[in-house]
Amino acid sequence: MFPKVAIVGIGYTPFRPITPDVSFREMVFEAASKAYEDAGVHPQEDIDSFVTCQDDFEHGRSIWNMQTPDNLGAVLKPIHTNCGDGILGLIDAYMQIKSGLRSIVAVETHSKASNVINRNHLIAHATDPIYNKPLNINPYFIAGMEMNRYLLETGTTKEQCALVVSKNKTNALFNPLAAYGEKITPKEVLDSEEMFSPLKRLDMSPMADGGIVMVLASEEKAKALTDKPIWIRGLGWCSEAPSLETREWGEAIYAKLAGEMAYRIAGIKHPRKQIDFAEVDDTFSYKEPQHMEALKLCRRGEAGSMIEEGATQREGEFPTNVSGGSLGVGFLVEATGPQRVLEVVLQLRGEAGGRQLPDVKVGLAQSWRGIPYASGAVMILSKE
Amino acid sequence: MSEKIKELPGTPLSEKDIIEKKVLFTEWHPEFMWAWDTGIGYGRYFAELKKGRIIGTRCNKCRRVLLPARYFCEWCFRPVDEWVYLEDTGTVNTFSIAYTDWLARRIKEPRIPALIEIDGSGGVGIMHVLDEVDPKEVKIGMRVKAVWEPEEEREGAITDIKYWKPLKEV
Ligand SMILES: [Zn+2]
Repeated sequence: MFPKVAIVGIGYTPFRPITPDVSFREMVFEAASKAYEDAGVHPQEDIDSFVTCQDDFEHGRSIWNMQTPDNLGAVLKPIHTNCGDGILGLIDAYMQIKSGLRSIVAVETHSKASNVINRNHLIAHATDPIYNKPLNINPYFIAGMEMNRYLLETGTTKEQCALVVSKNKTNALFNPLAAYGEKITPKEVLDSEEMFSPLKRLDMSPMADGGIVMVLASEEKAKALTDKPIWIRGLGWCSEAPSLETREWGEAIYAKLAGEMAYRIAGIKHPRKQIDFAEVDDTFSYKEPQHMEALKLCRRGEAGSMIEEGATQREGEFPTNVSGGSLGVGFLVEATGPQRVLEVVLQLRGEAGGRQLPDVKVGLAQSWRGIPYASGAVMILSKE
Repeated sequence: MSEKIKELPGTPLSEKDIIEKKVLFTEWHPEFMWAWDTGIGYGRYFAELKKGRIIGTRCNKCRRVLLPARYFCEWCFRPVDEWVYLEDTGTVNTFSIAYTDWLARRIKEPRIPALIEIDGSGGVGIMHVLDEVDPKEVKIGMRVKAVWEPEEEREGAITDIKYWKPLKEV
């Protein structure tokens, strides 16, 4: 039989706009030390294998993932590296355990986004060198174009998107880890500068630094290690066509298919009823309703009114991005997905402090790789 | 290439065609810039180099001195215990003689990168270069000493040490 897989340890540093006091190594060391203490394991003695998710350009050095062993206590141990969002790293660890190959696996992601001086150029470098780059426009226009198409196809309004920003930044005030908590009105969002119309400055999540490490274990080990394992019930991942010319612009099909895969594995037929809360990608304000619809948490075109009616508020019927999301926490590059998983774990453990949701048993976390790509992953976690 | 093909089909391209942009040609000059936080360990290490001193950190569990100075021991996975000043003398652990430049052209005066085990570190070394020495005379186990930049020219970088030269011990 394939063993069940649980998250048994979490460690993190606070998410901050800048972190000049620590190197990336010291930041990851802090997150890893906390995760190992939380799980009650020693990296050299107990952990069978390690996974890291890092992109070279985000860190400014080739084959950067090879810097990881030292920071995790993984010197001379098996390690996997993945150039993608950290939920893919958690999925990698899940598969290693599920297959019976390993019993305990640690997963690391971090952001030192503040060390990247010219991020626009990194993103432009991901677009097609012959077809796209010669147009020579700051690549965040891609998000503006997506938003435009999504609003048109679904009838969602800019005002509804501004409500998302207001909600998530307010939620972040209750999350001591979040960098950008703020009491802000939708009007202030709508009054902020046009950046890549219809996208305004406050529709875009600001960058943050931070490290997250998680320890995953098989059922047998999990029960021995902790009395509060959080089980991975479903997982899915999917990538659209990479070309800007041929892919879907209005609908997040990658999230839809990743969600369907995760629901199938978790045996979920009615996501809205069987899941208590969700942390969905909101790198830009419109992504939250777009992703909610793709994940079938409501029907297409209905997320906007669901937000308007307050259903996605912390006290609402289906709390969404209680952590503050990327808009409130800050965009953490590869650690963005793991931050969502972290929130789900904290909520399910009952350790979410002032923002704790009552009686939650099943939560969903979803990530998007960010512009210029249409790629994402989903994870469903439960207390039982 | 098969011998049956007597004449290659197509139009050959020359470097000139590319320079004159007679073929589809695109150019992009990415402006990548990073500014890495040195943090606790490396921050102090560079500050001390500026003062003309080499500093490491000691882990009391494995009893190693870590160089360049680190905040935690990667073997024992625990914070280090203390800062330790080290001598600017050491022993060549291994080296190479680089006879070619970035474009793989021969160079007359070769560069000599070496790993130098710093005295008092218990065998931990720093990466640097040797000079003031005939390449033929360099040997593993050779004793060397740092040659520093003048104080006013040091900037808190690994290049504050210009190079290492043979140490004539009395
Ligand atoms: Zn040690």
